[in-house]
Amino acid sequence: MFTYVVRRLLGTIPALAGVVVITFIVSRVLPGDPAVMIAGEQATPDVINKIRVELGMDKPLYVQFWRYLVQLLHGNLGFAWHTGHPVASDFAVRFPATLELTLASIFIAVLVSIPVGVYAATKKESIFDHLTRVFSLVGACTPIFWLGLILIYIFYAKLGWAPAPLGRISQSVNPPTHITGLYVLDSLLSGDMVALKSSLGHLLLPALCLSTSTMAIASRMMRASMLEVLSQDYMRTARAKGLPERQVVYKHGLKNAVIPTLTILGLQFGYLLGGAVITETIFAWPGIGSYITQSILATDYNPIQAFTLISAVIFSLVNLGVELVWAMIDPRIRLQ
Amino acid sequence: MNASLQIQHARPVVRWRRHPVVKVLRNPVTMLGLLLVVVWLFCGVFAPLVAPYNPDQPNVSAALQAPGIHHLFGTDNYGRDVFSRVVYGARISIPTSLVAVAISFGIGVPLGAVAGYYGGTVSAVIMRGMDMLLAFPSLVLAMAIAAAMGPGLRSAMIAVGIVGVPEYARLMYGQTMSLRSREFVEASATFGSTNRAIVMKHILPNALAPLIVNATIGLGFAILTAASLSFLGLGVQPPTAEWGDMISEGSQYIVTGDWWMVTFPGLAIATSTLGFNLLGDGLRDILDPRQSSE
Repeated sequence: MFTYVVRRLLGTIPALAGVVVITFIVSRVLPGDPAVMIAGEQATPDVINKIRVELGMDKPLYVQFWRYLVQLLHGNLGFAWHTGHPVASDFAVRFPATLELTLASIFIAVLVSIPVGVYAATKKESIFDHLTRVFSLVGACTPIFWLGLILIYIFYAKLGWAPAPLGRISQSVNPPTHITGLYVLDSLLSGDMVALKSSLGHLLLPALCLSTSTMAIASRMMRASMLEVLSQDYMRTARAKGLPERQVVYKHGLKNAVIPTLTILGLQFGYLLGGAVITETIFAWPGIGSYITQSILATDYNPIQAFTLISAVIFSLVNLGVELVWAMIDPRIRLQ
Repeated sequence: MNASLQIQHARPVVRWRRHPVVKVLRNPVTMLGLLLVVVWLFCGVFAPLVAPYNPDQPNVSAALQAPGIHHLFGTDNYGRDVFSRVVYGARISIPTSLVAVAISFGIGVPLGAVAGYYGGTVSAVIMRGMDMLLAFPSLVLAMAIAAAMGPGLRSAMIAVGIVGVPEYARLMYGQTMSLRSREFVEASATFGSTNRAIVMKHILPNALAPLIVNATIGLGFAILTAASLSFLGLGVQPPTAEWGDMISEGSQYIVTGDWWMVTFPGLAIATSTLGFNLLGDGLRDILDPRQSSE
C-alpha cells in the first residue's frame, strides 16, 4: 500500500508539471494583459510599461516561465495587490473556512444521496423513485448562486429560521478556541455550546446549497449501481440464506454498489471548489472562494492563478485518496 | 386467410410505432425538453415582439415593483421590466452557449480524431494534454481564463469553450479508435484514400451521433457556466440583460424580500439548461440507442 501511494504520488508529478504549464499559459499567452488590468483601462502606456517591467513581462517567455517556476517551488504564489499580503498567507488564513464548508457539503451529500439512492433502487418505479430522478435532474440544472439566494430568501428573510448570511459565526458570539480552524469541530472539542449552535446555524445553508448538485449526481449514481448489484447472484444467495432484507441490501449490496458513487464524489470535489467561490460570495463566508471573487472584482490576477493551481493539485490528490478508499472497501481491488 | 391479412395489415403500424423518432416524440419527458428549448429559442429570436418594454430603459418611478398586471415579473431597482430583460437575456445566453460549444467541438473533435487515428506519440501528446486540462475543476479554469482575458462576453464564450475541449476530444478519440479498424475504413485506405479523406468521409460521419448528443447536453451546461461567470462579474457586463448578471444585481435585494429580481432569471437558466438536457437524452435514444440511459 505504502509503495503504491509513493508511486502514485510520483506519478502525479508530470501531471502537476502540465498543470503549472497550463496555468502559466492561461496567464501569459491568452489575449489579455495583466499589466493593463493592474494599471486600469485608463492608464497611460508609460505606466503600463513600468508595471510590465516590474512583473518581468518584458523578458522572453521562457525566462518568465523559469522565474515563475522558481518562485512557485519556493512556495511563493505571488502578491495580492488588493489585500497587500502575499497570496500564500491570505490562503493560509482563509483555508479552514473553505475546508469546513466543503467537508460539510460532502458530509450532507453522502448522508442524503447514499440512503436515497439505495432506497430508490429497492423501490424501483415507485413514486419515491420517480421523485428522486426528478430531483437529481433538476438539482444538476439549478444554478448554485440562484439556489443560495432562494435559500436565504426562504429561511432568513421569510421564515427567520436561519441567521443572517454573514460569515461563519454571529458577531455577538466569540469564535471557539483555535484548534483546527474548523469552527464546528473546535466548538465541539472545546465544549463551547454557544459557539457550536451559532457556527452550525451559519454553516447549514451554505453547505446545503453547495451540496445540492453533488447530492443529485451521487444519488443517481447510487441508484444505478445499486440496481445493478441487486440483480447479482450473490444477492440471491444472501436472501436464500434467510438473511433479513435490510442486511441483504445494506451489508451485501451497499458495499458492492458504493464504489462508483465514491468515484463521483471524488470527481465532484473539483466542482465543490468552483462552487465554493460562488457559495462563499453569496453567504459572505470568509474563505478562499470569497477571496477569489474579491480578487476578480479587483482584477488581481495572482490569487486567481494560485487558486487554479492549488485546485488542480487538491483535485489530483483527492482522486488518489478515492482510489485508496476503494481498496479499503473492496478487497478485490488490489493496489499495485 | 383473414388472420394473415390482419397480420400483414398490423405490421406497418407496429414498425411505425417502434421507429425511434416516434418513440421519442411519444416520450413526454423529451417533448418537455423540446418545448422548453423551442420557447427559449422563440424568445431569443422574437424578443422585440415578446417583450413589452425596452429591457435597458430605466424608469425610476416604477422601481422595485412586485409582479403584477403591468409588469408580469416585476421591475428591478432601476425600474426596468424584469420579464422583458429575461426575454432579451435569451438573446445573450443561447448564442453564448452555442459559440462556446462550437469552440469545444471545433477544437476537441479534430484533436480527438488526430489522436485516435494516428495513435503513437501524437496520440500520447494530445491526450495527456487533455488529461491535464481535465485536472482543473471546470468552473475554476473558466474563471481563470475569463479573468486573464478581461471580463466580457467574448471572454466568457472562449472560457466556457476551452473548458469543454477535453470532453469532445476524449469522446472523438474513443470513437475514432473503435472505427479505424472497421472494414469500411480499411477498405477506403486500400483504395488509396488520403488520411484526411478517411477521417472526414468515413470516421467523422459515423462518430457524429454521440457528439451531437453531447453537444446538445453541453449547451445546457454552457448556459449554466456562462451565467456563473457573469454572476461573478467575469462575463457579460451591465447594463446588458443577461440572466447571471441579473441575479447578481438582484442579490442585494433578496434579504429585503424583493424576490422577483432573482427568481425569474434563475428559473430561465434552470429551465433552459433542463430543456437542453432532456432534449439531449431524447436525441440519444434516436441517434445513439446503445448509450441510452434507459
